[in-house]
Amino acid sequence: MTTNAIIVNKVTKRFGKSTPALWRKLRPGKNGSGKPEASGPVLALDSVSFQVKQGEIFGVLGPNGSGKSTLIRLMATLLLADEGNVTVHGLDPAVTPLAVQQLINRVSVEASFFKKLSPMENLIYGARLYGMGGKEIRRRVVEILTRLGLEKRSIYNPMEEMSRGMQQKVAIARALLSRPKILLLDEPTTGLDPVSKREVQAVVQELKERDGTTILLTTHDMNEAEILCDRVAIIHKGKLIALDTPEALKDLVPRLNGHKPSLEDVFIHLTGDKLKEEEKEDIEAAQSMVRALTQEHQEPADQIEPALLEQEKE
Amino acid sequence: MTTAIQNIQATYAFMERNANLVKRYWAWELVWMTYSIANSLSVSFIGLGMEALSGQEANIDGRFLVLYLVIGTLVWRYLTTVFYWITEVISIERWEGTIEYTLMAPVRRVVHMAGQTIFAVFYGLFFTGVIMGVTVLIFDLDLSQANVLGGLVMLVAGSFSFIGISIMVSVLPLLFPERGAQMTHIVIAVLLLVSGVYYPIEVLPKWLQVVGVASPATYVLDGVRLALLEGTPTLSLWPQIWPVILMGAALIPAGLWVFNLAERYAKRAGKLARNG
Repeated sequence: MTTNAIIVNKVTKRFGKSTPALWRKLRPGKNGSGKPEASGPVLALDSVSFQVKQGEIFGVLGPNGSGKSTLIRLMATLLLADEGNVTVHGLDPAVTPLAVQQLINRVSVEASFFKKLSPMENLIYGARLYGMGGKEIRRRVVEILTRLGLEKRSIYNPMEEMSRGMQQKVAIARALLSRPKILLLDEPTTGLDPVSKREVQAVVQELKERDGTTILLTTHDMNEAEILCDRVAIIHKGKLIALDTPEALKDLVPRLNGHKPSLEDVFIHLTGDKLKEEEKEDIEAAQSMVRALTQEHQEPADQIEPALLEQEKE
Repeated sequence: MTTAIQNIQATYAFMERNANLVKRYWAWELVWMTYSIANSLSVSFIGLGMEALSGQEANIDGRFLVLYLVIGTLVWRYLTTVFYWITEVISIERWEGTIEYTLMAPVRRVVHMAGQTIFAVFYGLFFTGVIMGVTVLIFDLDLSQANVLGGLVMLVAGSFSFIGISIMVSVLPLLFPERGAQMTHIVIAVLLLVSGVYYPIEVLPKWLQVVGVASPATYVLDGVRLALLEGTPTLSLWPQIWPVILMGAALIPAGLWVFNLAERYAKRAGKLARNG
């Protein structure tokens, strides 16, 4: 029987204060910069639930700001949920963070390193934090980095002298070094050239097949999701709006000119209408902002609004 | 692998990383060292300046004043070096963009702080030692009657209380990502004012003297001056040593407690992320 490696149970996460600061209460409608007050906290995740099976590659797709990275940070013990809970191999990151941290590692869209230090120095630092030591680390660092296509000489040069693609490969090496049971990949191939992208994808596939590592992957690359992921979840505005295998998701969308839709078609179909609604909301918010500003400064609103109305028509 | 060995590895990870950072940023370290030496010498020359300005009638012992100020600058340099290395535990990670990776590693915060602190103490002693060497050479100071070992014991004992304060203050960059690092200077400025670094605290207004009594730096400076200026035996420094050890025993656990609270708040408010 396949067990669940990750269970996300009705998780809700908001950012920002729910109650304004005292000084803002004293000056309603203003935040000191002359701009209208922001309307409360931002809902990053809205009662999201799903399970990731042990050994599967689980994709999370969603537009920018949809809550993908928030989800990963919750699993990585870097955030605490407001409601609901996450369990990683039965452990709650909020209750036993150290035990969860032993099981996971993460690669984010930004390859974050000590820029002046070399890949070797950065990776040894990372490995020691996970309890590894001795000469064995150096050998493994060289082995992993050369496997990812790094030249030996660049292993000892400062990270700042490397291209972004190379830095991202070092980030992947850092995650692999600790042999995690669960690997959280937050847009790991964003900004990589096609060759590097394929190399990274091959490593991800190999990790699953050879080591049985459970992988949670967020990406904007639909082709990547289709190639790598056993199942894909689509989240939008913090809500889970679809979850199935890539093939089953394609059946959600009607055929276009007799052709089976791609995962990208599914993504646009499921999030596109909502994106239009978002744009409408943005325009309405801008209009109300203009009204507030013109009332404040006694300027006629009809001088400013036509441009926004034109934009709305488009 | 046992937890103890893992903890030792993690402690060493922070020490080794900081040593590598010092090595890679060597030019900056050289600039800072030169600045610190020039600063210490400038303050110490005030002693000779006072003698020259006051004339012989005033009967000012310029050599004593120089040594008094040299001790002030050296002790203060050491304590602030330890302070800033510890308070930068978060700001350095924010600067480099590595904060999430370090804080998601399976390392207890006490181990994290231990690594940062041990490095800070060793680096502080080395840094201060170099400044002391240059100062002694330039002023041709006579330390033959001084109890150097006693001074060192006092300095190390005083480190503990400063470590506690530093851990507590290091939450500022955690809670205030934009300006937290700059806020830490306030603490150092107040301690400099009330601790008698360049003057006896008796010259301060009464209410500031009360604040000075609560500053561990006051006892460290007293103890080091007694050891180096008067050659007081190490055991006789106990009245200065026990208050700073007591403060350290209270402030280090308090600092860790405050840091854990702040970390939990930062995780709830999403303040660990470097971007967004």
